[in-house]
Amino acid sequence: MELMRTKLMAACAVLAISTTAAAAGTTVKIGSTNAYSGPASAYGQIGQTSAACFNWANDNKILGEDTIEFIPLDDGYSPPKTVEQTRKLVERDEVVLTFQQLGTPTNSAIHKYMNAKKVPHLFLATGASKWGDPENFPWTMGWQPPYPTEGEIYGKYLIANKPDAKVAILYQNDDYGKDYLNGFKKGLGDKADEMIVAETPYEVADPTVDSAIISFKSSGADTFFNIATPKFAAQAIRKADEIGWKPLHFLNSVSNSVGAVLKPAGLEASQDIISSGYLMDPTDPEWQDHPEFKDWLAFMDKYYPDGDKTSSFTVLGWASCQTMLDVLKRAEGDYSRDNIMEKAASIHELRVPLLLPGILIDTSPTDYYPIEAEQLMRFTGEGWERFGDIISAESE
Amino acid sequence: MTDIAHTDHRNPGLTAPAYRPADAPRRRLLSGGNIVTLLVLALLISIPIYSKGFFVFQMTQMLVYAIAVLGLNLLTGINGQFSLGHSAFYAIGAYTCAILVELGGVNYMLTIPIAGIVAFGFGFLFAFPALRLEGLYLALATFALAVATPQLLKLHAIEQWTGGVQGIVMFQDTFDVPVPFGLDMDPGVWTFYLTLFVFAVVYVLAMALVKSRTGRAMMAIRDNPIAARSMGISLPYYKATAFGVSALVTGIAGALNAIVIKFVAPDSFTFFFAILILVGMVIGGVGWLQGCLIGGLAMLYLPNIAEIFDNVVLWFAGLFGFADLLPSGNALQQQFIRLSGVIYGVILVLFIYVAPSGAGGLIRAIVSRVKRLTS
Repeated sequence: MELMRTKLMAACAVLAISTTAAAAGTTVKIGSTNAYSGPASAYGQIGQTSAACFNWANDNKILGEDTIEFIPLDDGYSPPKTVEQTRKLVERDEVVLTFQQLGTPTNSAIHKYMNAKKVPHLFLATGASKWGDPENFPWTMGWQPPYPTEGEIYGKYLIANKPDAKVAILYQNDDYGKDYLNGFKKGLGDKADEMIVAETPYEVADPTVDSAIISFKSSGADTFFNIATPKFAAQAIRKADEIGWKPLHFLNSVSNSVGAVLKPAGLEASQDIISSGYLMDPTDPEWQDHPEFKDWLAFMDKYYPDGDKTSSFTVLGWASCQTMLDVLKRAEGDYSRDNIMEKAASIHELRVPLLLPGILIDTSPTDYYPIEAEQLMRFTGEGWERFGDIISAESE
Repeated sequence: MTDIAHTDHRNPGLTAPAYRPADAPRRRLLSGGNIVTLLVLALLISIPIYSKGFFVFQMTQMLVYAIAVLGLNLLTGINGQFSLGHSAFYAIGAYTCAILVELGGVNYMLTIPIAGIVAFGFGFLFAFPALRLEGLYLALATFALAVATPQLLKLHAIEQWTGGVQGIVMFQDTFDVPVPFGLDMDPGVWTFYLTLFVFAVVYVLAMALVKSRTGRAMMAIRDNPIAARSMGISLPYYKATAFGVSALVTGIAGALNAIVIKFVAPDSFTFFFAILILVGMVIGGVGWLQGCLIGGLAMLYLPNIAEIFDNVVLWFAGLFGFADLLPSGNALQQQFIRLSGVIYGVILVLFIYVAPSGAGGLIRAIVSRVKRLTS
C-alpha cells in the first residue's frame, strides 16, 4: 500500500512540476462524485459533460491564466462510497470545493461532513428541497429547481385558472413525493383542503397504481396531479385513458420525457397533459438555430463527441458548469473557500446558456435555490408546447 | 481435514483438542504463520502513526470489509453454502446500530455486539427455510433477500425508525464519533483502533471456531454431506448455525460501517454490495480465513480501479516521458472513468487466471515452491 502511495505521490509531484512549469496562473482543484458505474450510471453523462466543459474552459482561458483541475470520482450511487470518495477529494486531493455531486441519498451522507469541514458543496445534481438551508448548512447549495417549487407553480396556476377544481393527487411515498405535495399545497394556499378531494401514496415496490386511478375517477375529481417516477407515471396516464377519466392532468417534470413516459403510455392518451421545464429540450426544433444551442453543439462535437445530444443530462451538465464558471470568474483569483461560497451566494440575475429564455439565476445569503422559475408546457401532438410566461417562485 | 481423521479412527473416545498423537510435531509458538500474523498486526497498529486522516479512514473501511468477508467465508468457505444476500445481514447490523444510537441513546460501542446478536437471529431463522435449498437454489433465495432488503427498509410502516429513503444521520450533534474514557485522540484514529480491536476479536474467535469440533463438523458437511450425516452430524443444526454465525459476523461489520460512515440509508445496502463481498471473498481465497484482509483491500480498491489505473498510467508517462502524447489531465481521467467497468472486469479475469484459488492459493503455492527450493 505504502509503495503504491509513494508511487502516486511521485506521479503527483511530476504532474505538479510539469503544470507549474507550463502555466503561470494558479490551479483550481474541483472535485465531484457521480455514478459512473452501477445501476444509476446513465447520470454519469452529467459529470462527463462537466469534465469536458472544464477542459473547454481551460482551452478558452475563461479564467485567464488560471486553470481548473477537475477530479471526478465514481461512487456508483452508494452513500458509503460517496463518503469515502468525498473524503479523498477533501483530505487527500485538497480540492477547494466539490461541484455537482449526484443524488439525494449520496449527498445526504456527506451533508454534515462538508459543513463541518466548511468546504463549498455546490450545485448538486438533485432536486430535493433540503439543499437550500443556509441557516443550518451554509456550505451546501443545490442548483436545479427544487421539487416543491415546481409543485407550487402548478398550485398557483390552478388557483388562477381553475379555482373550483377538485384535485386528486397520486404521489410516491418518499421525500421526493412529499416535497412535490407540500409545494403544491403551498401553491393552493388556504384553498388546499377544500380543493383536494383525494390524496393517495404509492410505494416504489407496488406493481401498479391502477386502483388509485380508478378510485380517483369515482371520487369525482376533475384535476389530477401525477407525482410519479417514469414507470408509474406512464401507468397512471394509460389507466386514466382506459377508464375514460379525462381530468386536467399535471405531470411532474421528473417524468415528462416523451420517449420514456409519454410514448409508452400512448401519445393519444397523453394529449393536453401539463408539465413544466427550465432547460431547453435538445429535441425541440425551436432551439436548433438559437445561438446558445449552436455553441453547445459545437462544444459537444469537439469536447464530448460520444455524448448524447438528445439527452437532457448533457444540457444540464453544460448549464450548471457555466454557473460554476461564473462563480469562479467573479472570485477574481481569490479561490479561498470563504470567498467562493460568498460568490456562490451572491449570484444576481445571471443568464446561463440553455436555460429557457427568461429564466435567470439568483442567490443570496438567505436564498440557496439558484433556479426557481419554470415554464409550463402542454403536450400537443408529439411534443411539448410551452405556454404562458416564465413562472417564478423566487423567494423574496 | 486431517484433523477429523486424527480424532476418530485411532482413539474415538477422546475429543480433538485433548488428543494429540505422540508423533505429531509440537506446535511451535513462533511458527511461520504466527510471525506473519504478528507482523500484519504490528503493521495495522502502526498505520495511524505514519499516515494522515484519509488513509486511516480508508484502512478502517478496509477492516470493516474484511470482517464482512470473514463472515461470508465462514458460510461459503467453511460450510460450503452459497450466499448472494450478505448485504442484508450487513444492513441489519448497520440499522440496529444506527437506530439504537439515534433513537435509543445507547452507547455506540454497546451496539456492536447487539447488532451481531440481532443479525445472528435473522440469519438463523432465515437458514431454516433455506436449508431445503442447495447450491444454486440457495444462491437464488439469498439473492432475493438482497434485492428485497433496500425496499423493505424504505417501507412506510417502519419509517419512524428507519427514516425511510432519507436514512439515518448518526452523531447529529457532535458530528464526530465521541471518544470515550477521556482519551485525547483524534476521532478517526479512535474509530480505527476500535475497528481493529473488533476485527482482532472476531478473527481469533472465528479461527477458534474453525478448529473446534463445530468447525470440523461444518467442514465435513462441506466436503461430503452424506458422509457427515452418517457420522452423526446433524445437518440442519450445523448448517443453520453456520448461517447464524456468518450473519453475526457480517452484522458486526455492518454496525461498524454505520459508526465509520455515520450515515445509513437503503441505497447503501443494495445487491451490488453483496456481490462486492463475494468478490472480496473469492479474491482473498475461499475457505482461507486469513485472506479476509486481502479481500477487504480488494473491496476497497476495486471499485476505484479506474482512478488508480489513471494514476499509474500518468506515473509511467512521467517516468518515460510520453506525457505529451496523452490527452490533458481532465480528458484522460474522463476516458478512464468511462471505461471503469471494463477495467474492473479485465482485472478480475486476470486475477482469476493468475490465482484461480484466490490470494490464499497463490500465497500457498509460492510458499510451497520456496520451501521446495530451499530444502
